[in-house]
Amino acid sequence: MTTAPDAQAEPRREQEEFRTYCRAWLHDNRPPPAPVRLPQHPIETMTRAQLDYLQAWQKRCYDAGLVGADYPKEYGGGGNKGFQRIANEEMNRARTPFLVNMIGLGMAAPTIYHHAQEELKRELLPGILSGEQIWCQGFSEPGSGSDLASVQASLTPDAASPGDFLLNGHKVWTSLAHFAQWMILLVRTSREHKHKGLSYYVVPVEGHRGVTVRPLIKMTGEAGFNEVLFEDTPVKEAWRLGKTGEGWNVAMTTLLHERGAGPLVTPAGGVGSEGLAHNVRGLIALAKTQRRNGRPATEDPQVRARIAALAIRERGLAENGKRARSGTLVDHPMRLPLQVKLAGTELLQDLAAAALEIEGPAASLYLSDERAPAEGQWPLAYMNSFGATIAAGTSEIQRNILGERVLGLPKS
Amino acid sequence: MSQATYGFDDDCALFRESARKFLGANADLAALRQATALDPEPMRMPTAWPSDDAFRAGAELGFVAAAVPEAQGGLQLPRAALAALAEELGRHAFPSAIESTLMVAFLARRVADSEAGGALLGHLAEGARATLAVCDAYGEWEHTASVTHTVSGSGALTLTGSTHFVQDAGKAEWLVVRSTGPDGAALVVLPRDAAGVTHRRDGIVDLTREQGTVQLEGVVAEASAVLPGGDALLASAMPDAWLLLAADMVGTSEWLLQTTVEYAKVRTQFDRAIGSYQGVKHPLVNAMMSVDRAKSLVYAAAEALDEGRDDARLLAHMAKAAATEAADFTSSRAVQLHGGIGFTWESDVHFFFKRNKHSELLFGDAAYHKARVADLLIDG
Ligand SMILES: Cc1cc2nc3c(=O)[nH]c(=O)nc-3n(C[C@H](O)[C@H](O)[C@H](O)COP(=O)(O)OP(=O)(O)OC[C@H]3O[C@@H](n4cnc5c(N)ncnc54)[C@H](O)[C@@H]3O)c2cc1C
Repeated sequence: MTTAPDAQAEPRREQEEFRTYCRAWLHDNRPPPAPVRLPQHPIETMTRAQLDYLQAWQKRCYDAGLVGADYPKEYGGGGNKGFQRIANEEMNRARTPFLVNMIGLGMAAPTIYHHAQEELKRELLPGILSGEQIWCQGFSEPGSGSDLASVQASLTPDAASPGDFLLNGHKVWTSLAHFAQWMILLVRTSREHKHKGLSYYVVPVEGHRGVTVRPLIKMTGEAGFNEVLFEDTPVKEAWRLGKTGEGWNVAMTTLLHERGAGPLVTPAGGVGSEGLAHNVRGLIALAKTQRRNGRPATEDPQVRARIAALAIRERGLAENGKRARSGTLVDHPMRLPLQVKLAGTELLQDLAAAALEIEGPAASLYLSDERAPAEGQWPLAYMNSFGATIAAGTSEIQRNILGERVLGLPKS
Repeated sequence: MSQATYGFDDDCALFRESARKFLGANADLAALRQATALDPEPMRMPTAWPSDDAFRAGAELGFVAAAVPEAQGGLQLPRAALAALAEELGRHAFPSAIESTLMVAFLARRVADSEAGGALLGHLAEGARATLAVCDAYGEWEHTASVTHTVSGSGALTLTGSTHFVQDAGKAEWLVVRSTGPDGAALVVLPRDAAGVTHRRDGIVDLTREQGTVQLEGVVAEASAVLPGGDALLASAMPDAWLLLAADMVGTSEWLLQTTVEYAKVRTQFDRAIGSYQGVKHPLVNAMMSVDRAKSLVYAAAEALDEGRDDARLLAHMAKAAATEAADFTSSRAVQLHGGIGFTWESDVHFFFKRNKHSELLFGDAAYHKARVADLLIDG
């Protein structure tokens, strides 16, 4: 999968019309305030009340055509090209809640779209886009994180149902598994080869035989990811994506999209915890409320320099996205797309670190303390940012990939 | 209809292609090496690259005319094309007065309707070289001026003083001089061979550039040689100067990155290519990311300037700051990761390293531009 994101000429007028439509719809359909505190990011969703609210919102966006706009109609999509990016931009601008089915939209859907049999696509894609079916990703295991190809969970033939299998193994850090109906799964089907011994399946989670989901608590105090244990769990042959033994290639489609570099634009956008912006604008707003050396923090030259540096990185990242679509102003098609996740997550981390410094000792106050600046969201954002620089391939792994795939340097 | 990103359309792509071809044929690192070979007396530095023969050929290809409005005989391509040209000049460490002349063209076209502006643009369209002579001995252009003028009854100006860090002072046929007088600051167009103008070439680190100090002793200029607008005009034109320098640094840094990557693939230590070590690989990736950020900001600034948008100045500050940091990091890693050879005069790395350092410090360093970014975002 080395195609660049849609670099094609886009019919401008239709896009402008779609943008106008999205903007108006989001303006008229803003949901009521959430009855509970919302998480900062979809994969931190931990309570049923949060899920119900967010799932209802995704369904409304889907019904309005803002989710899955670029997918073909027969799979429940809008049948357009180049529209999803616009919907995403408008959802961000409107600061409506985010789309909760993130693993489904960002990883499962594009992989199913590219690798599943026709029947499976028709069956599964509409539920992902509408958010009615929550998905999770069973890649990582206790011993297989960065070295994903060392996955051990395995399939053996199911004597009771010829052609089908039984799954045994231990997945870990599985975001959203506590709500999920389905999982995308990487399993070992041969011990002869490391990479060629892997196969890729979709399996039901909720209520499925032999599946145990055990929540793990994050350093932030939130739940949101889990251990998933499989004991003789039945897996149908029809649930395989790609051929047996070619799971690694299929997983590459997932990872590429997970890191923001896939050919299909992921429906995403909006915000979490209401009213707070974890960006430079939010940082400046925070600095205006804080003091240093008896003066407003915004007068401190160190604070000003730090804000400026972050603003330049933030704008540079946005402009990278625009330049990546130019086709003519880039030398290597994957050079900019492969930077998206690495640069974006490290920027978020540095933004949050700057916020904590600006807050000073008040950064010690957390969500439960009503005196916490910005409702204690910046310390939470800082901690969560490590989830982002670790999940989906750590920053170290991203640098290896960029060095090897884009610069052509030898393997580490 | 396809939408050209940042205004970079098919004409721009052709323009860049012709710049690449031209530089492929004319930018010769071997010749640069030869021209800058060390004097047998090591501490006596070679003079800066003197010749600018290539300027005329480049001018004939429209390199300068690309920035001049059609009314004055130019092509007026989108700024993205000029950014691409500056990038190519940087990538080849090309010694020429093209960028200085372009800075003047962008300034003059803001007052193309005036007598002085129209005349100057006409000269540029015909292939004349020009440069900004606006900095004082500290490299500043916004505060006190080091050139002053008096005004006679007829409105003629008499200028005295010196202006510093004048790029291509020895090559330029026209100077745009900033001076202050009783009526405030003025930007005066002077032929470099006008009576009372002398210049002295600076001994500079960057061997691919030429710079001088211009001395003015009672130089008389007619009122018609004054560009309208004074400091406001200069302030409005500075973003173009930053844009061109930033684009040049993006090109120079890209050369340093690619050259170092190639070296890291072939140089082995401990039986492995050094590029397989993460201690080498990761900084190269960081350099790439810093170059890409700067490059995207250069194009964003170019477009905002073309469209006369409110955020054009902010983006130009961002581009110069980002390019300066990219240049600084990429240059330093290029020397370091080449090891001993990178520290020698023999390796070409030093030409690009020095060119970057020159661009980094000219017309505001990263700290200067970041401070302006903060002003605009926090107070503005
Ligand atoms: C918030 C969160 C959500 C997650 N959600 C999911 C999910 O939904 N589904 C799922 O399958 N997984 C999920 N993960 C797991 C995630 O993909 C792994 O944690 C990640 O790939 C790192 O693997 P590891 O934890 O085993 O660390 P390790 O691979 O053991 O890494 C430890 C350290 O060593 C470094 N390192 C390892 N190898 C190299 C190398 N070759 N070069 C340089 N440095 C190296 C790493 O960068 C890291 O700093 C999630 C993780 C987090 C934090």
